[in-house]
Order: sequence, then C-alpha cells, then structure tokens
Amino acid sequence: MAEIRAEMVANVWKVVAVEGDSVADGDTLVILESMKMEIPVVAEGAGKLTRLAVAEGDVIQEGDLIAVIE
Amino acid sequence: MPASVLIANRGEIARRVIRTCRRLGVRAIAVYSEADAELPFVAEADEAVLIGPAQAKLSYLNTGAILRAASRTGAAAIHPGYGFLAENAEFAAQVIDAGLTWIGPSPEAIEQMGDKIRARNLMASAGVPVAEGATEPVADADAAAALAKRIGYPIMIKAAAGGGGIGMSAAGDEQSLRSGFETARSRAERFFGSPAILLERYIAAARHVEIQILGLADGRVVALGERDCSVQRRHQKVAEETPSPGVDQELRERMLAAAIRAGEAVGYRGAGTVECLVDTKTGEFVFLEMNTRLQVEHAVTEMVTGIDLVEQQLRIADGLEASFDVGFISPSGHALELRIYAEDPVRFLPSPGTIGQWEEPAGAGIRVDAGYVAGNTVTPHYDPLLAKLVLHAADRAQALTLARQAVGSFVVTGPKTNLDFHADLLNSEEFGSGNYDTSVVSRLRP
Repeated sequence: MAEIRAEMVANVWKVVAVEGDSVADGDTLVILESMKMEIPVVAEGAGKLTRLAVAEGDVIQEGDLIAVIE
Repeated sequence: MPASVLIANRGEIARRVIRTCRRLGVRAIAVYSEADAELPFVAEADEAVLIGPAQAKLSYLNTGAILRAASRTGAAAIHPGYGFLAENAEFAAQVIDAGLTWIGPSPEAIEQMGDKIRARNLMASAGVPVAEGATEPVADADAAAALAKRIGYPIMIKAAAGGGGIGMSAAGDEQSLRSGFETARSRAERFFGSPAILLERYIAAARHVEIQILGLADGRVVALGERDCSVQRRHQKVAEETPSPGVDQELRERMLAAAIRAGEAVGYRGAGTVECLVDTKTGEFVFLEMNTRLQVEHAVTEMVTGIDLVEQQLRIADGLEASFDVGFISPSGHALELRIYAEDPVRFLPSPGTIGQWEEPAGAGIRVDAGYVAGNTVTPHYDPLLAKLVLHAADRAQALTLARQAVGSFVVTGPKTNLDFHADLLNSEEFGSGNYDTSVVSRLRP
C-alpha cells in the first residue's frame, strides 16, 4: 500500500482519477494549484486506487492524505 | 498629482506604490483580501478596505468591490500595480466612467496590446520587427500543424490573451505541437477567458530584452533604457539586469527607437514596456509583446536612472509633465534584481508557509522591495514573489559582488526560498560572463 500525501499547501484544482481505477506508475491522479502553478500529483507505482481523499475545490495542507494505491 | 490613490493590488507592489505616495503627500488607500489582512501593505496605507475572501476572483479581481471601496474612501485615482486588473481594459474604462483617474494607458491601448496577435500586426505595420508567425488566431490543431509546416520548427505556442508564461510552450515537431496546442488552449481559456492561440517562429538561443518607455502627458514617448530578463524558469523571470550585457550601443539605439515607435503607434500614456527577443546568433531583435503597466522589474531602471517611475505614472495620469529632463536621460552604473520566491531552490515548486525569521540585507546600493515581514503567512492563493532584492553599483562586476553578499545575508525561515538558487546563479560561469540566454536556468538546474 502506498499513501500519497501533499508536499505543500495547495488548492485541489482537478481530480483526474476515480476511486477504484487501476493506475500505472506516473499516471496523473489529481492536479493541485498553488501560487498560480499547476502541480500534477502522480501515482508512484502501479496498482488499484483504493482511496481518493480529496475533492475539487478542497484546500489541503502539507502532509494531508491525497490518495491510497494498493 | 491626484490627492489620493487606491492601490488595487497587494504585497510588494502595493507597498512600493504606497512609499511613493507617502513621499509625495498623496493619500494611499489599500484594498486587501481576508488572506492578506496581516501583511505590511495593509498597515502602511493611510486607509485600508477589506474587499473579499482569499480567492483572487472574489477580491483582487472583484471590480465591483474595488470600485465601491474607491467610492467609499473618496479615492481620486486607481493604481493597478501589475497582474490582477492592470491590463484589463474593461476595468480601466469602468474606473474612468466612475469619474476617477486611471493610472495607466487608455483602455484602447491596453486592448490593442492585450491581444498578442493584434499587437504583432500593429507593430509590424509601425515598422517594429516581429518574428514570422500567425496574423490571426489559430483555429485548431490541424491549422496549427499546417502553419508550423510553413514557418518551420521549432515553433512557439502562446495564448493570445496570455501573460506570465502560462500556456506557453515550444514544439520541435508536429506531435509536440499538437499536444502543446491543446494544453495552451485549455489554460488560455481557464486563465485568460479566451482560447485564442498564437504561433510564431521560436528562436532557440535568445535573450529576453525589454525597453522601458514612458508616454508623456504631451503625447511624446521616451525610452529609459533596456532590461535583460533572460534568467527565467517556466517562462517566468527570476533575475533581471540593466544594462544588458548582450546589447551593444548600436543595437540599443535601434531597440530604443523601435520601442518609441511602438508606443507612438498606440498613443501610449504612462509607463509601459516593450518586450523583445534578441537572437544571440544573428544579433537581430523581434518584438515579443508590450506590457501596458509597470513591470515587476522596473526597480532596476529606477536604480540606474534615479527616476521614480511610480511618481511619473501619477504625474502623467494627471496631465503633468515628467519630474525629470526628458531630453537628458543618462543611466549610470549597473543594476541587478533578484526575485526572491517562496519556492524550493531546486525544482522551483511553490512553498507557502509562515515566516519565522526575516532579515533583509541593507547598505549602500541595496534596495529591498518586500511584501512580507517576520510572522506573516505566505498563502497558496497568490504568486510566490516574497521580495525583490535590487543592487546598484558602478559596474557589473561590482554589482555581482554586492549581490553575492546581499544574498548571503538575506535570512528567511519558514517557507523554502530560491535564495540558494540565486547564490548558484551569481557564482555560475555563464551568468558571471554575461554571455547567457533564456535557457541559463535549465542549464543550472538540469
């Protein structure tokens, strides 16, 4: 199981993946926006996206859980 | 001179405008979002009005709230700073319609220059060189591919209504052109509300050199010298200097003359910047775009000319003549600006956070225009510019030495900053030699 957490404070701009998806290494899951920059959050390894903890419009803090891949 | 000025902006530029207002005895009115209540520009203004929540759309881009704040505080004029509403022709017209003084060029000039395709066409007809490219918006990826084939690769893709490097990319072949085109279109739509895309020939090795112009109240246009802004990451400037080490006197004269023609072609009033690319192989330059506002990096021009550009903006907006002898502009020495961003110094990813320590360097030839002080929180809502570190010395070598010392003694804790990047830049052989181009950052951070 791999947890993907936020590297910085950001707004969730777009949620690209859907819970239950099979994802490949490097797939974009979510696009964050911080300081006028879009930051894609990608899968670090292949697996099943068992949890997507954010929704579009959320403000997330550094360390917050974004997704779980099993 | 207007009796009072409302500054429709935030951070360092709001503070910068307030400083000149103070010196001239002009009442300065700040507007701010909930996220910025603790920042120094709010406290330093004579009056400050809360205009909305953090989201820029609801505050710094909220024209209704800003105009209401102006009316409530009896502001005589509005200074837009840069970004946000600075190049919004509709807002400029609303300000004028409300009976206020707009500190900037006419809405018509903003509109003509805001559309990069129209601006290119207009410049070409005024005799300003432009790169080969589209004369009308490119409809779709197929049309883009056809045009690119005619012009030849590599090709530059840009949002016609854009700025800040958003949606911009270079393509070396048809496949990357097609994907770049779609990305540019979605970003252009989202950030600028217009999907119009421009293609032009990409100059592989170029310097970004821009000319500061002032359109005077009597209609004349003068040029105050150039700035080299080739140090960029993600097409955004990180460091600037004047004079440009890549521009000799002969080229400078041609560029200044072209910039004056550009300003005259749109009846330009106030402070503006004509951005050009200088091809390092051929030594030729082409028009890139005109910024119809004060630039972030205006400070380097102020350091070498001794002219307060905000003061000139206020004077010109009120129909007054410039405060300096326009027939005798003689820059002296060398100035450098380093943009201190809240971002990690390696990957340049944003790093908001609360500032613990904040110690600015000080001394002869050092100017710091900062938006923050110790204890402030840098939020993710706005751009990452924390401060501008500006250095002025007799020549480039001395300016670099001063810059190295200043960077070394600038202390910021909390958010990560790019100070370490600046230290590397200043110590690099490429930047040190002066012989660099717009790819210098990607060579320093491969």
